[in-house]
Amino acid sequence: MSDVVLETKGLVKHFPITRGIVFQSKVGAVRAVDGVDLQLNRGETLGVVGESGCGKSTLAKLLVGLEKPTSGEINVRGEDMVRLKGRDLRRARRHIQMVLQDPYTSLNPRMTVGDIVGEPFEIHPDVTPRSGRTKAVQDLLDIVGLNPDHVNRYPHQFSGGQRQRIGIARALALKPEIIVCDEPVSALDVSIQAQVINLLEGLQDELGLSYIFIAHDLSVVRHISDRVAVMYLGKIVEAGGDVAIYEQPTHPYTQALLSAVPVPDPRLRGQRDQIVLEGDVPSPANPPSGCRFRTRCWKAQDICAQEEPKLEIRDRSGHPSACHFAEAREMFASG
Amino acid sequence: MTDIKAEIDALPGLDPQAPLLDVNDLHVEFRTRDGVARAVNGANFTLKPGETLCILGESGCGKSVTAQAIMGILDTPPGFITEGQVRYRGIDLLKLPEAERRKVRANHIAMIFQDALSALNPVYSVGFQLGELFRKHRGMSRGDAKKRSIELLDQVRIPAARSRVTDYPHQFSGGMRQRVMIAMALALDPEVLIADEPTTALDVTVQAQIMNLLADLQNERNMGLILITHDMGVVADVADRISVMYAGKVVEEAPVYDIYARPAHPYTRALLESIPRLDHKGRQLNVIRGLPPALTAIPDGCAFHPRCSYAKDDCRQDPPPPPYAVQPNRTARCHFWREVVGDE
Repeated sequence: MSDVVLETKGLVKHFPITRGIVFQSKVGAVRAVDGVDLQLNRGETLGVVGESGCGKSTLAKLLVGLEKPTSGEINVRGEDMVRLKGRDLRRARRHIQMVLQDPYTSLNPRMTVGDIVGEPFEIHPDVTPRSGRTKAVQDLLDIVGLNPDHVNRYPHQFSGGQRQRIGIARALALKPEIIVCDEPVSALDVSIQAQVINLLEGLQDELGLSYIFIAHDLSVVRHISDRVAVMYLGKIVEAGGDVAIYEQPTHPYTQALLSAVPVPDPRLRGQRDQIVLEGDVPSPANPPSGCRFRTRCWKAQDICAQEEPKLEIRDRSGHPSACHFAEAREMFASG
Repeated sequence: MTDIKAEIDALPGLDPQAPLLDVNDLHVEFRTRDGVARAVNGANFTLKPGETLCILGESGCGKSVTAQAIMGILDTPPGFITEGQVRYRGIDLLKLPEAERRKVRANHIAMIFQDALSALNPVYSVGFQLGELFRKHRGMSRGDAKKRSIELLDQVRIPAARSRVTDYPHQFSGGMRQRVMIAMALALDPEVLIADEPTTALDVTVQAQIMNLLADLQNERNMGLILITHDMGVVADVADRISVMYAGKVVEEAPVYDIYARPAHPYTRALLESIPRLDHKGRQLNVIRGLPPALTAIPDGCAFHPRCSYAKDDCRQDPPPPPYAVQPNRTARCHFWREVVGDE
């Protein structure tokens, strides 16, 4: 058996734009995710980066089955999650769980921590017998570094970092193989952020988890990821090992994104060649023809408007890059 | 136009030789039902024209409250300024009557907020909101005010400013909205600009645009800039001096190069070590154990002692460490700053 635990093929999610109230007609579509192929190996962390509105979070929701894809496949351990229904789907979902961004809104304020972390057992009663649930919840709290005696407390009695730990405990309850982390540390302060990152890394070693780690903070992604995929307007524009992406990016968007990250070292001030992109990300309801980045790209030529570049290994790019003019550019080592 | 600016110059006590902005021993507390939260406990700093001072700290350390106190927009009650002075060119702003204070705001000291969408009024066009400044503070007519608004939007590099001046805040993207805020803050040529987390809600590519814009505008006008942030990357890029705040106190103040090379306070040191860095990949990140203290129960002695690896008995008792002079232009509130600076 191969080591691929998660694979998507041609994953697409279009949200319809409708007009009218009673007689709704579709007048267009927001192409949030538009053909994403990715693979996740066992025990590996795949980082997904991109600006807001590029489809990162929609991708996360698709992976865990919170949204139904318009087309495409999501294979988890060889089963296509999109086709599964009913009991089979519920069973398959156990293998892929999610940690959400905002620990302040993703925990029900009226439920105790014990109920929150134990809720997956209610939905999947055959995982742990009823009698063993309290013990299982306490074990989970212990694993994530919370005091097991706090099961009867409510979320508001915990700090932000502790709440994120509760979210992680909940995701671990069903012993999943894959955890999709959607911006798990972006709502936390730096010192707390480090605690949660260390916890995630420790859990990965201990339990052999695979992570999809979605974040906009490029230095955090670099720290935790083995491979990185860069998204722009619903598509992956560049993918590869963390060293390849961060030190030899070949797609202009990746280069611009990396050069915009401030480096926490004042000695490098003025020495980095910063690429400042003009304008904003175009609307995903009406993406540019051909290459979607061409409207902000300094390398754009006529071909970019006519032909969409495929995500593939190119002459001047050792890893897949979706640019006709892909070429490595040495970057200053960023934080 | 300058006559209104001259009016404040006529205020008694204004001394062109005095520091541009001097905050001295500022104390702010919030009186709540659950007790008194001491948000700021003796903040000190000065700002020179053209200088960028970064106030760095985690949430709840009092950095935004300090800014609100300087601007005079603190919610009172529950917030009260209990001690200290905020001097603009020698005038103590905290003693000014509200009518005089209004002339200082926007004219001399202006502020940019983190969330531009909630800082702008959603039911007026941006042109109206910008023009209001000129009409109220400068007594301009609507037509002239509109003309000035368009010029301003142009200065902050909003494309097609003439047609966008009638747009409403929701019609702008996040980065463009932040530009509108900057335009509004700069409308009356203030000498001091306070930016409270101006790019926290923005993507890195847009953040780079906004920080470049701020730097250009600051150079053009020789403004003093107070940048409040928790992002140590941004600080390293723009700051001249840094004040690190913890539990309402400035625990370390130093020029930017010194602080990154050799932090003198254990908290600064721990903060710098806890950011993910290239050369630490694969290793565990250093963490600061525990949590920041609740502002209603700040520990005796040095507020950082429960989380500090250098802490000894002295640190646990009052009085808290005074600002020791590490160098002539650098202070740290730590009894053991010599050890902290010396450690590699």
